[in-house]
Amino acid sequence: MRKLWCFVKKHPAIAIGAFMLSLLVFIAIFAPWLGTIDPTALSPVRRTRAPSAQFWFGTDMLGRDVYSRVLYGARVSLTVGFSVAFLSALIGTVIGLAAGFNKLVDAVVMRVIDGMMSIPTILLAIALISLTKASMQIVILAITIAEIPRVVRLIRGLSLSLREQSYVESSIASGASSLRVIYKHIFPNTIAALTVQITYICGLAILAEASLSFIGAGVPPSVPSWGNIMAEGRTLWQIKPYLIAFPALFLSITILSINMLGDGLRDAIDPRIAKRI
Amino acid sequence: MFAYSVRRILMTLPVMLFVALFVFGLLSLTPGDPAVLIAGEDATQQDIERIRSALGLDQPFLIRFAEWLWRVAHGDLGQSLFTGLPVTHMISQRLAPTLTLMLMTLVCSILIAIPLGALSAWRHHSAFDRLMLMLAVLSFSVPSFVVGYLLAWIFGLEIKWLPVQGYVPFSQGIWASMRTLILPTFALCSVYVALITRITRATLLETLTQDYIRTARAKGVGNKGILFRHALKNVAVPVITIIGSGVALLISGAVVTETVFSIPGIGRLTVDAILRRDYPIIQGVILMFSLMYVMINLLVDLLYRAFDPRIKY
Repeated sequence: MRKLWCFVKKHPAIAIGAFMLSLLVFIAIFAPWLGTIDPTALSPVRRTRAPSAQFWFGTDMLGRDVYSRVLYGARVSLTVGFSVAFLSALIGTVIGLAAGFNKLVDAVVMRVIDGMMSIPTILLAIALISLTKASMQIVILAITIAEIPRVVRLIRGLSLSLREQSYVESSIASGASSLRVIYKHIFPNTIAALTVQITYICGLAILAEASLSFIGAGVPPSVPSWGNIMAEGRTLWQIKPYLIAFPALFLSITILSINMLGDGLRDAIDPRIAKRI
Repeated sequence: MFAYSVRRILMTLPVMLFVALFVFGLLSLTPGDPAVLIAGEDATQQDIERIRSALGLDQPFLIRFAEWLWRVAHGDLGQSLFTGLPVTHMISQRLAPTLTLMLMTLVCSILIAIPLGALSAWRHHSAFDRLMLMLAVLSFSVPSFVVGYLLAWIFGLEIKWLPVQGYVPFSQGIWASMRTLILPTFALCSVYVALITRITRATLLETLTQDYIRTARAKGVGNKGILFRHALKNVAVPVITIIGSGVALLISGAVVTETVFSIPGIGRLTVDAILRRDYPIIQGVILMFSLMYVMINLLVDLLYRAFDPRIKY
């Protein structure tokens, strides 16, 4: 307990961010038991009710309970955020390490990365989504593809500079294979910076999903995601601002807690690496 | 310098070629027949054939790509599947509000952020500095469309200073037009202001510890002289860099912000195109924005030298 308190005092940003994020994960997992009803249940009789004791966040134009929809929305956002963070870290690290160790791979990969970086995330995702049927998997895939270049750049840069270190050179001189050098010396030294980067990517992915759903290019409209709830509230928000306020608040708090976690981790790890991110 | 410029300009070619290959190749890579998908559920065989030949899907890939690239190089981006009008025509019709919005955002961000960043650095570790750092974290976290709704609610609905939504074209008066873009501009500004404030503050903090600043101080230059004549110049290069790398953010932000404020710009064109599965339009929009991104970054790289003669290539 004492140790925990010391940690909180030393890294308040990590502590606050991690606490808020775990609260949101709790909400996402236990959404069905937190006083919610079926988030897709229609009830034309009680449509566009203002927030009250019965409907905490009011009801939307189809009579669905906004509180239930917002709580279930946490599932969509966090699933997208965590999946994109994990997938882009995995694929990006493999490509980045390969580019850092092979000149030919590097030349090809860096041209492709330059090209991909010049297409804004949202537009890249829109292109993919407009050619397929809207689904959660496609959204995750599209955002992952858009975020991979960030990881590749980081890992490639780090492995290029790590390779010049004398302990890596001596390892190569004593006959270690490239794979062994990568596994033993390069990869472990990228983990700290990678952790910070994927935290930010998680936040960016949640933002991208919400933006995509908001403009109608995200998860199918039937899924209660924060972007979708806001998109549906768009026509009525001037008279019923709560239709947009609650999902917007949850979305902002989620991204804020992830960013605080990222900033805290960045400051906690080696400041020299921190500068590169 | 000349050799570098030529090399840098040539470097944009493979990037643009890749973007072209990407937006074109996506049509062939997607599982299933894109023509069937685009045509929708109750399309006849003729509709599908028409779309297939409009998209050129009835020929081998490389030939299609080469032909398409040739047409694009001549400014022909094909026709919209929905209206049948040329894509270039539809884009150019919607370009004015989007470009004005982006330009206003850039100008406003710089005008707001550099003084804030300079003040933060000058009084660093003060309450003001800490407040600025906290605001920066907040504006990275609150999405621009949420900021947009917040601004529209406060300034449009509650105190009624500015129009809540909608857009007035330039032809109906410049001020009337600008008024409709003020709230979208500030919504889109939030991230940029945070980025530029942070970079200005960091650069100035580093600069103020340099030897030549100490020398200037020793020689009797006052606070104002140090800040404005000696230190602030160094901010130019990092700020231009941030603007270059932030263009992608600006483009994504503009697409979403236009939806919030019902501005008939490129963003709305894209959103309508998604709903109608009008792929040629989406292709055209991506090509145009990527070209814009590449060109701005080219300009940024070439401008470095003009702003900082110390940089050698």
